[in-house]
Amino acid sequence: MPDVVGKDTNGAAAARGPLRRAIESDLWYSFTRSPVTVVSAAVTLVMILSAAFASLVAPHNPFDPATISILDSFYPPAWMEGGDPRFLLGTDDQGRDILSTILYGMRISLAVGFASVLFAMVIGVTLGLVAGYIGGAVDSVIMRIADVQLTFPAILIALLINGVARAMAGPQSYDQVVLVVLVLSIGLSFWVQYARTVRGSVLVEANKEYVLAARLIGLRPWTIMFKHVLPNVMGPVLVIATINLALAIITEATLSFLGVGVPPTEPSLGTLIRIGNDFLFSGEWWITIFPGITLAILALAVNLLGDWLRDALNPKLR
Amino acid sequence: MIAFAIRRFMQALGVMLVVALISFLMFRFVGDPVNQLVGVDTSPAEREALRQALGLNDPVMIQFSRFIVKAVQMDFGISYQFKQPVAALIASRLPATLELSFVSALFALAVGVPMGVYTGLYRNTLLARGFLAISLIGVSLPTFLIGILLIFVVSVHLGWLPSFGRGETVNLGGVWTTGLLTKSGLLSLILPAITLGLFQMTLIMRLVRGEMLEVLRTDYIKFARARGLSRRAVNFGHALKNTLVPVITITGLQLGSIIAFAIITETVFQWPGMGLLFLQAVQNVDIPIMAAYLLLIAFLFVTINFIVDLLYVAVDPRIRLGEARR
Repeated sequence: MPDVVGKDTNGAAAARGPLRRAIESDLWYSFTRSPVTVVSAAVTLVMILSAAFASLVAPHNPFDPATISILDSFYPPAWMEGGDPRFLLGTDDQGRDILSTILYGMRISLAVGFASVLFAMVIGVTLGLVAGYIGGAVDSVIMRIADVQLTFPAILIALLINGVARAMAGPQSYDQVVLVVLVLSIGLSFWVQYARTVRGSVLVEANKEYVLAARLIGLRPWTIMFKHVLPNVMGPVLVIATINLALAIITEATLSFLGVGVPPTEPSLGTLIRIGNDFLFSGEWWITIFPGITLAILALAVNLLGDWLRDALNPKLR
Repeated sequence: MIAFAIRRFMQALGVMLVVALISFLMFRFVGDPVNQLVGVDTSPAEREALRQALGLNDPVMIQFSRFIVKAVQMDFGISYQFKQPVAALIASRLPATLELSFVSALFALAVGVPMGVYTGLYRNTLLARGFLAISLIGVSLPTFLIGILLIFVVSVHLGWLPSFGRGETVNLGGVWTTGLLTKSGLLSLILPAITLGLFQMTLIMRLVRGEMLEVLRTDYIKFARARGLSRRAVNFGHALKNTLVPVITITGLQLGSIIAFAIITETVFQWPGMGLLFLQAVQNVDIPIMAAYLLLIAFLFVTINFIVDLLYVAVDPRIRLGEARR
């Protein structure tokens, strides 16, 4: 019953099916009209798939000590003089195939990126809903915290949380929890944007008739917030999430590059760049440059997708 | 105006208190301060005596107020890794970071504003599109990657500029070491400053471009053109001048981020500033340095925000009027 009420007041179209299809076809139309977006979507998709199926795609398993040999170390890319056709992009100091470490590393980078965005989204959306719907002192406290946090760059906050977690976990157990710590520290440094956006939309939604109706029939605040208000404020959240995915991947890479992220035993893209950076001056540029280019392409493609989604979902620009 | 300033000041004070509380909680409860100061063979009785002497058994509120009093006097305790006062360590690293940050900000302004004006005025030319594409890359690429690529091309490949350290420095009066007065110091500064300033440069360029496009559509620009003023006078005397208020604000606010982002640039270029010090502190769980750095950065941010807010009111009469009407 309340569901029907919610839909009836939701914008111009009364029925959900056609409205939804229209939005999708609109999105699809603007998607196909922008070649840059199509290319970046394809690139992103290929990268996600090849990272997810790294164990099938990669020519070697860089973490299996039985297959790597120190004798294979420092091979340049295959097309260069002294290159080995077995290793298309060359090998690193331990004889690991660069192409394979990149594929496996991308998997860790993407996993940490997605998980951090999801974590930030859950925290931010929940706090934003609560702040906007309940209001009063709860609202002031949450939004003041958000204001203070917004004064500082995300990377600084991620570094601080990282340091505190490191102190609490102790040096021995730290390597086991490092991925969780990374997700926590990146997620906690990005929640504010979601909270502010959701709070703003909730303030508008809370005055609409369907919320009033839901309250009149005696639904609990939590039910109203998460079941009825939430679906109506998710649009902007998805745009922020896409743009933040690129930011989260970059932040993870930065933390790993700074030496407070993923350890070198199972490196992410940032760790790979950090490892290779030591060999930049001795001429083995491929160890750091190829993971670097991969990271750059990944971040750029996701960023372009986010930009397009923001413009496509913004009614003012249509 | 004065009421506004006082209100803003109280807000700033509130933020500083919150940050001080976080910093105190870190300092006091993350890891045991006593454990860090004594050896493994110290007896529990001696530990308890030290605990008493350090005041760690007092009520938390008293400890917190003591922490604030000490922080105001620039006393942040002893670094766990260096066994030296934190304040002295930070003071010795501060000049390097501040010089790098200011030069980066200058670079971002000096390049970003002209590029923004050009792309705003001639937005369909090939060069303008090229600038925009570069700015997109500048926004998407992580800072450390830009640094590595610059080192790879300019230092390793071409061998033009040094890739690490500060070069020769000159000591000014024992409190400030500067690399701005020697040739090697200046050369060493170029790559880090570009790396650090590139993101801000693209930001400023996009901002100036957006503002220019907006201003060029207004009636007074059309009127100035109709009056037969020279292109130069219209574009720079009237249009650019009116875009500068937000540019100055953003640059001011970004100065804080530049100092924070210096952590990354300093790591790439082994620049001996306080960002590098902070990073080592995070890696080695040196809580006093982390707490002090957090307080210092917060102080810089809050001060810059405060000044920018006041300047904004002073520069733009419309805001002042709005304030008075309320």
